[in-house]
Amino acid sequence: MPESVHSQDQDQSMVDAELIEQPQSNDPILEEKQIVVLPGATETAASFQFEGEGHTMGNALRYAIMKNPAVEFCGYTIPHPSDPKMHVRIQTDDTTTALEALEKGFNDLMDLCDVVTEKFTAARDQFNAESGNRMEA
Amino acid sequence: MAPLVPSQEELQRRRIIGINAETVTDIPSTDFPGHWPGESHGWALDQFKNNFRVEFHRNERFEASFSLIGLDAAVANAFRRILMAEIPTIAIEDCFIHNNTSVIQDEVLAQRLGLIPLKGSVEGINWMHWYKKASEDGSVEEDGPCDFNTIVLHLDVECYRNEHAHPDEKDPRILYTNSNVYAKDLMYMPVGRQEQYFVGDGAIAPVNPDILIAKLRPGQKIEMELHCQKGIGADHAKFSPVATASYRLLPDIQIVRPILGEDAKKFAKCFPKGVIGLERVTAEEAAQRGSGYEGHAGEEKAVVKDAFNDTVSRECLRHDEFQGKVKLGRVRDHFIFNVESTGQFESDMLFLEAVKVMKLKCNRWKRGLADLVG
Repeated sequence: MPESVHSQDQDQSMVDAELIEQPQSNDPILEEKQIVVLPGATETAASFQFEGEGHTMGNALRYAIMKNPAVEFCGYTIPHPSDPKMHVRIQTDDTTTALEALEKGFNDLMDLCDVVTEKFTAARDQFNAESGNRMEA
Repeated sequence: MAPLVPSQEELQRRRIIGINAETVTDIPSTDFPGHWPGESHGWALDQFKNNFRVEFHRNERFEASFSLIGLDAAVANAFRRILMAEIPTIAIEDCFIHNNTSVIQDEVLAQRLGLIPLKGSVEGINWMHWYKKASEDGSVEEDGPCDFNTIVLHLDVECYRNEHAHPDEKDPRILYTNSNVYAKDLMYMPVGRQEQYFVGDGAIAPVNPDILIAKLRPGQKIEMELHCQKGIGADHAKFSPVATASYRLLPDIQIVRPILGEDAKKFAKCFPKGVIGLERVTAEEAAQRGSGYEGHAGEEKAVVKDAFNDTVSRECLRHDEFQGKVKLGRVRDHFIFNVESTGQFESDMLFLEAVKVMKLKCNRWKRGLADLVG
């Protein structure tokens, strides 16, 4: 934007709104980031590499996957702190595959989020109603 | 064979993390399949639904405190981390300095401006898009500022001598006009569709108008154009929507053997006010054999009134007279959250937003599973 620096006209650095269509996607955080299966994987034992992910998803996902009775082992690691990559290792028994276990982990976490939202909203609305009543009294 | 179901007492015992004078015990969660022989512990949504509770303690506009009960630390921590680092907000990102003759250097001024929390219509902020920056290898081209990714603020202040000031006046605020530059001097210039979104109370403005940006003297001038963009706290702390987002575990105090008389008073003093109360030993309790109260009817005994406010300082564990009479701990799955917003969003909305972001992330990664690379 060097023209803006030299320009005295304050509106010039902005492109006219009608000319540019808004892009469809509105989330760059996970855009073009992919999951890679690390070498040495079998059906029931695999390591997945998540690009740009950290402890936030790593630990929560590990918890959700460990809650699956068909999973024999699940752990996550961030191999190097300055490399934005997170690894999840899943080993399962014969009744499922590592990939299925990972997918179930995501599904369970999403279900959990729904319950948290629902209960949180209900508790907040009740609290607000009660404290509103108290103030009126 | 149906899975074993542990008794309520056993479950309650497992919920407590032990806190001793020098050590902590029973730290990791054990509610996983395979940990306790014969018990199930597999993920069950209806069970989670039944056990999970939310209790509100405070809900002010920009500060909320609530308990999430029945959650694992991994999930509670994910929410906390998302609150701090992954909820998008608007902040000043690019500063174009046309003129700055103040004593504060350009780069310091730009850094200070970036940290000013801005508020504006939530609907408008959600409508805003990310500003795509050019990648270092040149594979991604820069978007260029547009109405949907950049908000323009102007800062044009010049300091003058005040002609009407008394000759003996010493206060620079009266002696000069514009000697202090405040956040309220930032002028918002709506562009394109922003005029529909950021109108009236929803206009972009600093949350606190009285943040001091710079000090000027007559003849000094600041003239700049500021571009605000959407970003997340992981990229820069100025984008973090919370001042603090933290949780602590509910403290648990168990008096195992009676603490009586003067000891009880001393015991109460080991804790913050209101945590330990004093009650008289009833005749009934004194009559009970093996209760430890025999012959102490009418004496004062220490009881736990409200463990919530305890700081778990472990002070009571330092005194010999309480040895073996008290057990300190924390409840593993009772998270007391405290969320303080910087003022862009209401704090209860922030938590809901964090849960939403978490679900969104799961959804995106799940979709990414489809085109797995081996």
